[in-house]
Amino acid sequence: MAAATAVSLSFSACRPKGAGSAVSGNAAQRTYVPPGQYDEFYTFTSGGFSGQMSVYGLPSGRLFRVIPVFSVDPEKAWGFSEETKPMLMTSHGFVPWDDLHHIESSFTDGMPDGKWIFANSNNTPRLARIDLTTYRTSEIIEIPNTGGNHCSPFTTENSEYVIAATRFSVPPDGPASDVPIDSYKENFKGHISFVSVDKETGEFDIAFQLKTPGLNFDLSSAGKGVSNGWLFISCYNSEQSHTLLEVNASQNDKDFIMAINWKKAEEYFKAGKGTKQTNVRYAHNKYDEHTHTATHEIKTEVTVLDVADFDDLAYLIPCPKSPHGADVSPTGEYIVGSGKLAALIPVFSFEKLQNAIGNSDFESERYDGIPVMKYESALHGEVEKPGLGPLHTEFDDKGNAYTSFFVSSEVVKWDIKTLEVLDRQPTYYSVGHLMVAGGNSKKPYGKYLVAYNKITKDRFLPTGPELAHSAQLFDISGDKMELLLDFPTIGEPHYAQSLPADLIKDKSLKIYDINNNNHPFKTNGEAEARVERDGNIVRVYMTTIRSHLTPDVIEGIHQGDEVYFHITNIEQDWDMPHGFAIKGAGNSELLVMPGETQTIKWVPDRVGIFPFYCTDFCSALHQEMSGYVRVSPKGSNVALTSYTGNK
Amino acid sequence: MENHQRIKSLHRAILLIGGMALLAVIALPIWRIELDAAQYPEGLELLIYSYKLDGQVDVINGLNHYIGMKTLHAEDFIEFTVLPYLIGIYGLAFIAVGLLGRRKWLYVLLGAFLLFGIVSMVDFWQWLYNYGHDLDPSAPIKVPGMAYQPPMIGFKQLLNFGAFSIPDIGGWVFIACGLLLAYCSVTEWRIGNVKQGS
Repeated sequence: MAAATAVSLSFSACRPKGAGSAVSGNAAQRTYVPPGQYDEFYTFTSGGFSGQMSVYGLPSGRLFRVIPVFSVDPEKAWGFSEETKPMLMTSHGFVPWDDLHHIESSFTDGMPDGKWIFANSNNTPRLARIDLTTYRTSEIIEIPNTGGNHCSPFTTENSEYVIAATRFSVPPDGPASDVPIDSYKENFKGHISFVSVDKETGEFDIAFQLKTPGLNFDLSSAGKGVSNGWLFISCYNSEQSHTLLEVNASQNDKDFIMAINWKKAEEYFKAGKGTKQTNVRYAHNKYDEHTHTATHEIKTEVTVLDVADFDDLAYLIPCPKSPHGADVSPTGEYIVGSGKLAALIPVFSFEKLQNAIGNSDFESERYDGIPVMKYESALHGEVEKPGLGPLHTEFDDKGNAYTSFFVSSEVVKWDIKTLEVLDRQPTYYSVGHLMVAGGNSKKPYGKYLVAYNKITKDRFLPTGPELAHSAQLFDISGDKMELLLDFPTIGEPHYAQSLPADLIKDKSLKIYDINNNNHPFKTNGEAEARVERDGNIVRVYMTTIRSHLTPDVIEGIHQGDEVYFHITNIEQDWDMPHGFAIKGAGNSELLVMPGETQTIKWVPDRVGIFPFYCTDFCSALHQEMSGYVRVSPKGSNVALTSYTGNK
Repeated sequence: MENHQRIKSLHRAILLIGGMALLAVIALPIWRIELDAAQYPEGLELLIYSYKLDGQVDVINGLNHYIGMKTLHAEDFIEFTVLPYLIGIYGLAFIAVGLLGRRKWLYVLLGAFLLFGIVSMVDFWQWLYNYGHDLDPSAPIKVPGMAYQPPMIGFKQLLNFGAFSIPDIGGWVFIACGLLLAYCSVTEWRIGNVKQGS
């Protein structure tokens, strides 16, 4: 018996240690940001299937704000207020949800400039721009000819263009797209959109699209430094299968990284070489900070260049096994392909790629008209035995690369030049993307790496079948990566961008200047608060200021009226929003920022007295900040009156 | 005898510079009242110019309605229409005395300037008193016996707000002009006495 126990104990001792020992001793100190002090970085994190973007601080992991982008948010009235409804309009009508996959900062000279954050939606293909003074979504543009905008919103070195490329190749938009699904090889096409960004206003415009063979585009990185002017896109399903992709798209030993000379494409586009396609319909929605109102328009034209029509636009580099990440090193010299079913990491050299192109050193057969490079002739080398299932690579400021491994659930650090593995740390569990602070820029900030995990199982207190995804913070300033912190995230974060707090914190807007409020239904001070009827449409011009709503007594409303509450918050004081909610409203509350006007529609469904109130605890007399609407039967002769205080 | 009445060129220079500085005071904030509360870690400030109020006047007015304090409006202060001219006249008077260089006028100017300073402060104190005491009886917050008169200079706690009142740049210039004027006068007085004695 004693012997049996001894044997079993000694076998137990052979088992590798679990997560318990993974955290170093002073991790708490290194992530602790004392009350009242600021974090070193803002981290903008994609919300995946939540459709939103969240803003965290690093190293604390504290959540500051969730910015609604592609999904409605009743807390912030996003998609519920009359002003924001147009933002979620598409060519399919109002779409209340999407899958926000990746985010990317705006760049100037290969460095984040702190102006905007871009985000893509994977389902109904769109691109969004978030303003880093208001922390709100300013613009959303839909992408035509596209099946799912996954390979996005990666930008060029100076954010000349934001890229949007289809994850699911589909036949180009228009009536001719009614084809048998098994005619994929013949009829399905990929489209890569180059969406230009106005340097001053940030406004989007789909400059041109590149039409490609039917491939699934996964991720991309623009060249920088020596490779500026190029774009590298990972492609899977080179088999061009249309069913059971799990098996059928995993047959080829190598898929591709597509190298695109976008400067050349731009040249051809400017020279008028593209074809205007006029059977597309896509939404372009903009939010105006002065009218506090969004506009929605449908555009019907896009310029398309077919890469097969040109010899020098696109080249295919064979890359093992359904690559996910295609990541360019800070100097722009190396392109790292992460084949998600591969057991090695190929690193391609931009210089070798250029030489091979110069020497026309291609495979004898083109792939649907596109030259295919020889694997060896573009290869800098392979990282041997790095782990299983490489997904995504980012870089630090010291010549190292960090690759996430989904299958073996770890982050691996390796040397870009020597390709030697330097360190590996487990993640908990199944890391997808990772993010090094500034890791996609020309001069990474380094210091922190965050791994975004898909599975958390035993990491937090359980909350039923649905568990949070997580972020894991590593300190990468030393030779070995050190796990510092685990924190749950909003939705499923696919990617993030860390910006130094000092770059943007002082640009954060405090209030909207009420004198610049050009909302058509603004109320210019309490003296102008009123109620107006036009047929069955009633407009309430209401103001809010601590601690009353004006008017707070409204009579003469009829059952079935369309009542629009136009709430102007006349406060001009920081952190002093007022809310508005009314009983029975079929939409949401409003949260109106100082100086802003927002509108909620309400259709009273019965006769009676309906209270309304401020929903954001604004002041000591917040509970008193309320009022009543009297609703009378249709055709009633109760006079339309309104007042606050004594009549 | 003529010489006995002329003042030193250093003092004339001080008067000329002081006069110009006083003219500049017209455009500068003279007094400031800083307010702090738990909810306002960044503070609120009220700046008093010769012709206007500045700073977060609207925010302060919004808060003051809870205690029934009258809202501050530049139109309510007759001082704002008169004060710039008065300060202008004093500035010109400094320059005139500096140019004339007569000792007698120096003493007159000192007297007039002191009078101006005292009257201004009394007036300022009265405004503070009235705002702090003349409260709307239907105000939401009523604390028996509580008045909200801000300090003229220094710090005072008014419910959740700490009020700190000090001269601003214009005020300091004003005070400096007064002190320099007094210095010149005293020095000239001594010189005059010595010369008369000799």
